[in-house]
Amino acid sequence: MDTLLSLANGFSVAFEPSKLLFCLIGVFLGTAVGVLPGIGPALTVALLLPVTFKLDPAGSLIMFAGIYYGGMYGGSTTAILLNAPGESASLATALEGSKMAKAGRGGPALATAAIGSFVAGLIATIGLAFLAPWLVELAIKFGPWDYFALMIVAFVTVSATFGDSPLRGLTSLFLGMLLGLVGIDKLTGQARLTFGVPELLNGIEVTTLAVGLFAVGEAFYVASKRWREPEEIIPIKGSLWMTKQDWKRSWAPWLRGTAYGFPIGALPAGGAEVPTFLSYSTEKKLCKYPEEFGKGAIEGVAGPEAANNASAAGTLVPLLTLGLPTSATAAIMLAGFQQYGLNPGPLLFAEKPDLVWGLIASLFVANVMLVILNLPLIGLWVRLLAVPQPWLYAGILVFATMGTLAVNPSPVELGMLFLFGYLGYLMRRYDYPVAPMVVGLILGPMAEAQLRRALQISLGDPMILLENPGSATLLGIAFIALVAPFVMKGLNRFKAAED
Amino acid sequence: MSRTIDRPALVVGLLLLAAAAIVAFDASRQTITSNYGVGPTAMPYVVCAGLVVLGLAHLVVAFKEGLPKPEVADVRALLWIGGGLAGLIACIALGGGFIIATAILFSCTARGFGRDALPADIAIGLVLGSAIYLLFLKLLTLSLPAGPLERLLG
Repeated sequence: MDTLLSLANGFSVAFEPSKLLFCLIGVFLGTAVGVLPGIGPALTVALLLPVTFKLDPAGSLIMFAGIYYGGMYGGSTTAILLNAPGESASLATALEGSKMAKAGRGGPALATAAIGSFVAGLIATIGLAFLAPWLVELAIKFGPWDYFALMIVAFVTVSATFGDSPLRGLTSLFLGMLLGLVGIDKLTGQARLTFGVPELLNGIEVTTLAVGLFAVGEAFYVASKRWREPEEIIPIKGSLWMTKQDWKRSWAPWLRGTAYGFPIGALPAGGAEVPTFLSYSTEKKLCKYPEEFGKGAIEGVAGPEAANNASAAGTLVPLLTLGLPTSATAAIMLAGFQQYGLNPGPLLFAEKPDLVWGLIASLFVANVMLVILNLPLIGLWVRLLAVPQPWLYAGILVFATMGTLAVNPSPVELGMLFLFGYLGYLMRRYDYPVAPMVVGLILGPMAEAQLRRALQISLGDPMILLENPGSATLLGIAFIALVAPFVMKGLNRFKAAED
Repeated sequence: MSRTIDRPALVVGLLLLAAAAIVAFDASRQTITSNYGVGPTAMPYVVCAGLVVLGLAHLVVAFKEGLPKPEVADVRALLWIGGGLAGLIACIALGGGFIIATAILFSCTARGFGRDALPADIAIGLVLGSAIYLLFLKLLTLSLPAGPLERLLG
């Protein structure tokens, strides 16, 4: 009952004209960046962070959430019409979606993606609204040791468990943690790793790292392989509307996709790739027309699209209730909260219920806006794909540097942006994931603070981490998650040797 | 299997070890330690240990399968964009202001992406920079670095 009351209050905030405007700007931008290949929601929020720090916190956060949701909708358009997924969450969609578009069924593919995203977003946001208060209750009882263990789980799952290579994922994470050490130690006031450069005393800005890695790094990377032939846009033929048959084949995959996406997104397991591919393979198995898979089966679009939207709502659960980001976008959104001096977690629900519930309520609004933006206005988004690449990336770099120039126009800060950009390029080139680095920079200092707090309470006895059932369980999970990929790899090698 | 050494993996491994050494050296110079449990040096040593392990693992990888082999990179494109960024930094450091810096970055990046119309792109960059400058000043009340052109506008 309390939840419904809070949610009603949230809606009264979300329906304020200024909040509606922020939400509209957010979903609009989000769809645009989702459609454009090469820039995703994480990058866009990172670019907007420095620009928005004087604006109203609730409005900006609503806008960021709108961008997150919008990016998930927009990505499907590119995946279907261009066969070039705008972000990794749409990889699975591209498999069947582009086949449908080639077969002249692009319209229904876009429709099932948009409506599926809507259904999944709605269900998952309801899930978020009802799960969050319950988790907050639980989180109040958390000690610093539990938080520390939880962060270790997030470290491991984000970097090692689901990537291509645990080695490269962990390297990225540790580089982020290394950057997190730079600056004044909060407990003793000593400078660490600053080498006498005064600009480094305040630590490394998350936005500088994120913008450098994502925006500048991506620009370098795309430019470095630019002679590749660009993909052709497949024009939408025929009706946008789904037939009765399409509806009948879509509704179950939507629900199953949601059932994968929301819990996996909510666990500190990170990313939308896992649930989308799980959904894809499930639909392939359950489909009544298995011969259509690989030639454009609508189930293969409906399921993964629902899963990626549901997972976006899922990642907001640990972010809002525990302050724990489990995806790159969530990590940047956390930085967004922090720039207003807000710390997501149980305390935020108690102190700023208007803001939290307004944000959750605005997610419903965002979903409604998005389905309207994405169905009738689809032609507009398709035209966006025709922006010439040189101007697109030149514009991105201008926006990327603009944020730093507005807040901290020092050559040192700009130099770091350049350096992180080049690092981001090298990491992409050698297939190192960049998201763990951002997570490491944000969560590293937080984990350190929690650990030191825990050890001060226990008078320096590290066993407190294992004596406590909560933290002991979490550390056990982290250990399994760390070892699992190596064991699986060993098993695979064993199997390969048998063949 | 050939016994060639994968250079990138070797370089990454050595760099990680070097980074670990720097962290350890920096931590060893810390003078104030904590009363209870871990002080400001504990986390650096944890990170240092992690970097050592990862560095050694990279060395092992260098002698085995190596890192994924990348495609050939378009070095000229990289130089144009890098040059644009360097130009922007120099322009800001020398007091050239936001608008000129933006024009430099915009035109160089577009050139890096294969557009062959430098004068036109410089013009676009100047207009874009002026528009953003005014937008920031009037709407967001944020002032961007000012140079000669900005003083004309303001």
